[in-house]
Amino acid sequence: MTTLLSVRNLSVAFHQGGNTSTAVDDISFDIKRGEVVALVGESGSGKSVSANSILKLLPYPAASHPGGEIVFNGKDLMKASDAELRHVRGNDITMIFQEPMTSLNPLHSIERQIAEILDLHQGITGAAARTRVLELLNQVGIREPEKRLAAYPHELSGGQRQRVMIAMALANRPELLIADEPTTALDVTVQAQILELLKQLKDDHGMSMLFITHDLGIVRKIADRVCVMTKGKIVETGPTAEIFANPQHAYTRHLLASEPKGVPPVSDTSKPVVIEAQDMKVWFPIKAGFLRKVVDHVKAVDGIDLTLRAGQTLGVVGESGSGKTTLGLALTRLISSKGRVSFIGNEIAGYSFKQMRPLRNRMQIVFQDPFGSLSPRMVVSDIIAEGLKVHEPTLSEKERDARVAGALEEVGLDAATRWRYPHEFSGGQRQRIAIARAMVLKPQFVMLDEPTSALDMSVQAQVVDLLRDLQAKHSLAYLFISHDLKVVRALANDMIVMRLGKVVEQGSSERIFTAPQEDYTKALMAAAFNMEAVNVPAINQ
Amino acid sequence: MVDVASTIPAPIPPKKGLQSPVNTRRWQNFKANRRGYWSLWIFLALFGLSLCAEFIANDRPILASYKGEILVPVLVNYPEEKFGGFLAETDYRSDYIRDEINANGWMIWPPIRYSYQTANSNIPHSAPTAPFWLMDEKERCSPYPQGKDDPGCTLGNLNWLGTDDQARDVTARMIYGFRISVLFGLALTIASAIVGVTAGAVQGYFGGWTDLLLQRFIEIWSSMPVLYILLIIAAILPPGFFVLLGIMLLFSWVGFVGIVRAEFLRARNFEYVRAARALGVNNGTIMFRHLLPNAMVATLTFLPFILSGSITTLTSLDFLGFGMPPGSPSLGELISQGKSNLQAPWLGLTAFVVLSVMLSLLIFVGEAVRDAFDPRKTFR
Repeated sequence: MTTLLSVRNLSVAFHQGGNTSTAVDDISFDIKRGEVVALVGESGSGKSVSANSILKLLPYPAASHPGGEIVFNGKDLMKASDAELRHVRGNDITMIFQEPMTSLNPLHSIERQIAEILDLHQGITGAAARTRVLELLNQVGIREPEKRLAAYPHELSGGQRQRVMIAMALANRPELLIADEPTTALDVTVQAQILELLKQLKDDHGMSMLFITHDLGIVRKIADRVCVMTKGKIVETGPTAEIFANPQHAYTRHLLASEPKGVPPVSDTSKPVVIEAQDMKVWFPIKAGFLRKVVDHVKAVDGIDLTLRAGQTLGVVGESGSGKTTLGLALTRLISSKGRVSFIGNEIAGYSFKQMRPLRNRMQIVFQDPFGSLSPRMVVSDIIAEGLKVHEPTLSEKERDARVAGALEEVGLDAATRWRYPHEFSGGQRQRIAIARAMVLKPQFVMLDEPTSALDMSVQAQVVDLLRDLQAKHSLAYLFISHDLKVVRALANDMIVMRLGKVVEQGSSERIFTAPQEDYTKALMAAAFNMEAVNVPAINQ
Repeated sequence: MVDVASTIPAPIPPKKGLQSPVNTRRWQNFKANRRGYWSLWIFLALFGLSLCAEFIANDRPILASYKGEILVPVLVNYPEEKFGGFLAETDYRSDYIRDEINANGWMIWPPIRYSYQTANSNIPHSAPTAPFWLMDEKERCSPYPQGKDDPGCTLGNLNWLGTDDQARDVTARMIYGFRISVLFGLALTIASAIVGVTAGAVQGYFGGWTDLLLQRFIEIWSSMPVLYILLIIAAILPPGFFVLLGIMLLFSWVGFVGIVRAEFLRARNFEYVRAARALGVNNGTIMFRHLLPNAMVATLTFLPFILSGSITTLTSLDFLGFGMPPGSPSLGELISQGKSNLQAPWLGLTAFVVLSVMLSLLIFVGEAVRDAFDPRKTFR
């Protein structure tokens, strides 16, 4: 195999307001023809910046390259002119991005978007272009492509959009495909299908791929060789099997060891029931016509029963749109619902916001995005003290401060940092602050809405451990909402698999993980743990 | 790669409010726009000076000594009988009082010895008269009894920018007119910001029917021909500063509603707002503490432009004669005098220069504020 792309001593620096920060520091790697190389690293490690600099897609002049060369097919792209680069982009080297929603133009039909690339680089127009577009859509597995030609991006699902992106990337038969976290925004089952597709396309076309990801499972599945990046440097390079079997660098070992571990609490029916729901329904009306008559409902949550006891965790698992977050919000009465809900002996189903207020300190929420759930204009101390001011207004300034400091220490943060603003903390630290905000009120029930999804793998494991410790210490009841089955397995003793607002399977998580009954659950497990697309009809029905 | 607090060093003193890092960065960005930064200082200096207008242009001395007594005529209204006259108010400019006080003590005059309403009784020609530097020494002092040797023919008594058609000093009217324009603009801007932000906040936060009804009302309200309605109301109600302020406030608050409503609509679904609701925080507090700061950026960016708009509206009403009561110092009235006295270009020119300098400074400041609050703007 000959070398297709060779990156030598590449560095990238960013300048802002007189400060220069080095994002990528002297990295080198090669990609041979027909080979898949994965760049692995946590957020901020410089992997996306490295990939973007291959096609010089960085925001120049804020970014600059202090040194290095990128040799593609014997030509140094660093010295290439803009016109030469334009010829390479989208033709010899193409990219697919993480977010298929924003990478497609929402105002153009998919036929037009793909045909534009054909026209631009090969001058194919008219009927020939349409034939080629259909051929491409067929290749990427879009069913009945003739009917989809006129569709706009919003009419497609996330997976279909990513398929269209791949079709656009393949349109000019590139020699190198750069995939920047192409499946991160997708559900696990769709992710498995897309990976399968990329692998098959690579084999068919003899294409090389540079795959950027933070997910080691994906790397193991698809890559021939791995480059492990941290803090702008490549610390280890080698064949995938070798790296996984025998990691040399301390960081690689740390990364490999950072899967969420531990065992969930033991199911115990003697514990008091904290929250109970029967036949819970959240229907959003669809109105139509001049008089806004209700013609139908979006059944976000459709008849769910659940019981949650002190010190236990109920995992709610499902793909996006399955109604799991809606279920959590309805249980905490942040949106209204039908059906019986009882919380520590109170029938809260019909409670108003005011009636709920005295109970709010007993039920708390931790949200998914640690960047969105903390007000950027308040210092940490004020953020955590906000609930105390509502529920325990008699506390003196000093007592409140002591409670805040205690809560921060409980979640493993230095209490002296409480005068800082959220943006001064890392993602994991921010999630700890969000947990401290919930814990300071001494709740009995905590709804955890994907609390680990936005975090890096190694941080995820730490947060899972923290949550388990807190649960044991305070006998908390958790409703743990997640699409990540690995985390659920480490935390939940009971679980509900949700799909389109309905329960697919419900029971002890041990049983569901070892012997799933339904086809959908089986497909979910295969996709999550082995990145395999099985039972595709069960997913797509 | 240990994600605990040990990676964050020692405690720091609490930084809040104006000293917060965000505001420090904004101030740096503001300063980086040299034009806006200097405009702000020039504007503040001019506005500060005009706030002391009574000490710069007045028909009363700042300080006087009369028969061993120190008097402050600029602040205290002494009856004329104190100086041997009989009127309720003293006319310090008259020859009699001037000679009386100078014989028994001294007077310190402001640099300009005219207030905005003072008519110059010693004008060389019929009003409007030209600035003194357009005439020779003999001509400019001709109305005084002793010609150019008269003690009244001093720099402070001469009309630096001429007089208007009622023999009032243009410089004094300009200074007072600038002050009243800016004060009116500021008052109107602040009042409409309060009303508009409140309305927008309520609409955006509660949404639904509240939003729908208020939004339809605003659409009807803002489609009215504002200037004509202002003219009609101003013709019925007695003119005055606060009446005008009230009338113009009726329409000017609408400008803020759109941006604030949009910000609230966007931000009410933020997770930290949801988190606050889950903590049981009440609506008012959420709006004030969590949502308002988001909307303030857009509002503050808007303020300088609303300010200059308010000033322009006041000037145009004054120009049409429906503004401030007769006799008030107003730039609009000065323009209208300039229009009817084309032979006296100093009237129109003065008003034009003052207005254009004031509005340009405000716009430059506004641009710099906008840049400072733009998180995506980078300065090199």
